[in-house]
Amino acid sequence: MTDAALASAPPVSDEVAVQITGMNKWYGQFHVLRDINLTVTRGERIVICGPSGSGKSTLIRCINRLEEHQSGHIVVDGTELTSNLRNIDKVRSEVGMVFQHFNLFPHLTVLENCTLAPMWVRKIPKREAEATAMEFLEKVRIPEQAGKYPGQLSGGQQQRVAIARSLCMRPKIMLFDEPTSALDPEMIKEVLDTMIELAREGMTMLCVTHEMGFAQAVANRVIFMDQGQIVEQNTPREFFNNPRSDRTKLFLSQILGH
Amino acid sequence: MSDLHSQTVAYSRDTMLPPVPPPRREAGAVRWLRENLFSGPLNIILTILAIWVLWLALRDVLPWAWRGIWNAGSISECRTIRDQLYGEGTSAACWAVIRARWQQLVFGFYPASELWRPPLALVVFLLAVLPILFADLPRRLLWLTAAAPFLIVWLLWGGPIWGPVAVALGFGLGWLAWRIVARAGGPLLGAVAAILVPVLYWIFVDAPLTAALARILPIGLTPVRSSDFGGFTLSIVIGLSGITLSLPLGILLALARRSEMFIISKVAVIYIEVIRGVPLIVWLLVAQVLLNYFLPSGTNFDILLRVIIMVTLFSSAYIAEVIRGGLAALPRGQYEAADALGLGYWQAMQLIVLPQALKISIPGIVNSFIGLFKDTTLVSIISLFDPMRMSSTIRATTEWGGIYWELYIFVAAVFFVFCFAMSRYSMWLEQRLERSHR
Repeated sequence: MTDAALASAPPVSDEVAVQITGMNKWYGQFHVLRDINLTVTRGERIVICGPSGSGKSTLIRCINRLEEHQSGHIVVDGTELTSNLRNIDKVRSEVGMVFQHFNLFPHLTVLENCTLAPMWVRKIPKREAEATAMEFLEKVRIPEQAGKYPGQLSGGQQQRVAIARSLCMRPKIMLFDEPTSALDPEMIKEVLDTMIELAREGMTMLCVTHEMGFAQAVANRVIFMDQGQIVEQNTPREFFNNPRSDRTKLFLSQILGH
Repeated sequence: MSDLHSQTVAYSRDTMLPPVPPPRREAGAVRWLRENLFSGPLNIILTILAIWVLWLALRDVLPWAWRGIWNAGSISECRTIRDQLYGEGTSAACWAVIRARWQQLVFGFYPASELWRPPLALVVFLLAVLPILFADLPRRLLWLTAAAPFLIVWLLWGGPIWGPVAVALGFGLGWLAWRIVARAGGPLLGAVAAILVPVLYWIFVDAPLTAALARILPIGLTPVRSSDFGGFTLSIVIGLSGITLSLPLGILLALARRSEMFIISKVAVIYIEVIRGVPLIVWLLVAQVLLNYFLPSGTNFDILLRVIIMVTLFSSAYIAEVIRGGLAALPRGQYEAADALGLGYWQAMQLIVLPQALKISIPGIVNSFIGLFKDTTLVSIISLFDPMRMSSTIRATTEWGGIYWELYIFVAAVFFVFCFAMSRYSMWLEQRLERSHR
């Protein structure tokens, strides 16, 4: 299945996209992320899973500084994330993010949602931004909805618009924060298909998800987190067939068991 | 239930049911009356009671208003005509007072030959807000909006045209200073220059420049003093200035109060709490009396301007709290999505947060505006001639002494028309935005 889905995917390079070293984060007294070390190379597709509260969302939200880390280093595409606002804006314009609840802008049409950031952040002329937006809306297979408002679309369509909105910034890295968790079962597939297509084109992806089928089909690496730590990481085949830690075995038995 | 059923009877639907219209109801007024007024014994009693109370209230007022006398020179003349027409002792309104004195109620002591100016200023104001209220209009109209404040001030107060032009030039200089200095020395220096240059200009250059230009090319209107403003002109000048100035100030205060920067948010909190905690009348007295203590002696700071500033500051505190409610109602995801796309703070506020927060706040904002507009009658306490005080002045004349209701009803009716119009506009705006959002 792995090979079939990604037959045409470009090879992973050794160029580093994201480098996290010795990173820690606390919410008040609560130690959410403990000594995280993670290197993601360009073109890599990483699935992060783990029980709820294990810190997986927090981890990817640190990568575009929606959450602030308190110690250690995060370097994204050669730029270190510190309190330097210019660096943060630079990283954010290179890193796309897709949220669990889509977070589309309800007062703008689908097309306006997609052209807003390119026009205001990248200063691209409106006509060009609209052409790009239509291109990506076609790619996620909803160009006919461009004139509608997000509230008029189904959940799956909204999430695909959210993906297109991120892609319009032509990001180098995409973060997915449980992109299918708020969707009805019938709509999960349309979103996953879009993500698989992205992976096939060689996008660097970090994806927090419970869709183990997707992990097996797409990921180069699966990371299992528990209690704010990376407990295990491996290729999908090894991860699912020979989980090493007991915590991973328990988790897998729970989510695959029925 | 269905589970149980499916275990007992195997079932599979082979034809899907087509949609059917809902059953037709008995329509019309009869049904409405029965449902709303006469649905049961208690409701029948209440309806009859309500009709009786309405009749009690209106049986004297309506004929009084209807019989009203429109042509008379004084209240005694009114009474003579009434006695002739309807017989002695009949009650009849004396609307003649409105007919005779409407100019005073509407324009105060504004010079009779210049009465075209305030309405024209109102028209300019309405034209200037159009491109703000309706986003589809061409953006070039915003230049008119930028020029409107100077034009309106000139129309209302008169004097040589060079006064407002010279002041406007100061803003132009500030903008220029910002462009030049900010490019060379960064935004902080640029902001300092953008404030310092125009202020210095206004202090040292503005007055001589105006005088010189007026000597060379004397174009101007008859000057009108602030003390000549009165009646609804005064209310509308204070009310509309307060409304247009307090909205941007209120937005900034609301953003400041929610700011993550400690000092900025605390300053906003203190400002809002202090301003809200003290009655408007007290602030108006402060504007009238105290400000003169703080200003260097000899400065004659226009009383109307002082009142406008006070009303604006007062109203902005309320607007800020209303908008803060709207900001708090936005899901955090909206802020996060804006951040994740790389939008800066002001871009996110302008493009994502405020359009939505303001939409949520429309009822509250308009509520504050209506309150502000009606509160302009409080300026009578500091001896400005608002419509209420103007009607007292009219009553104090020998012709119209002893007249009450007619004047009050007129004032109330005009206020009602304005406030009702604002309320309708806000409802229309809400519905329009509601529709476009889904």
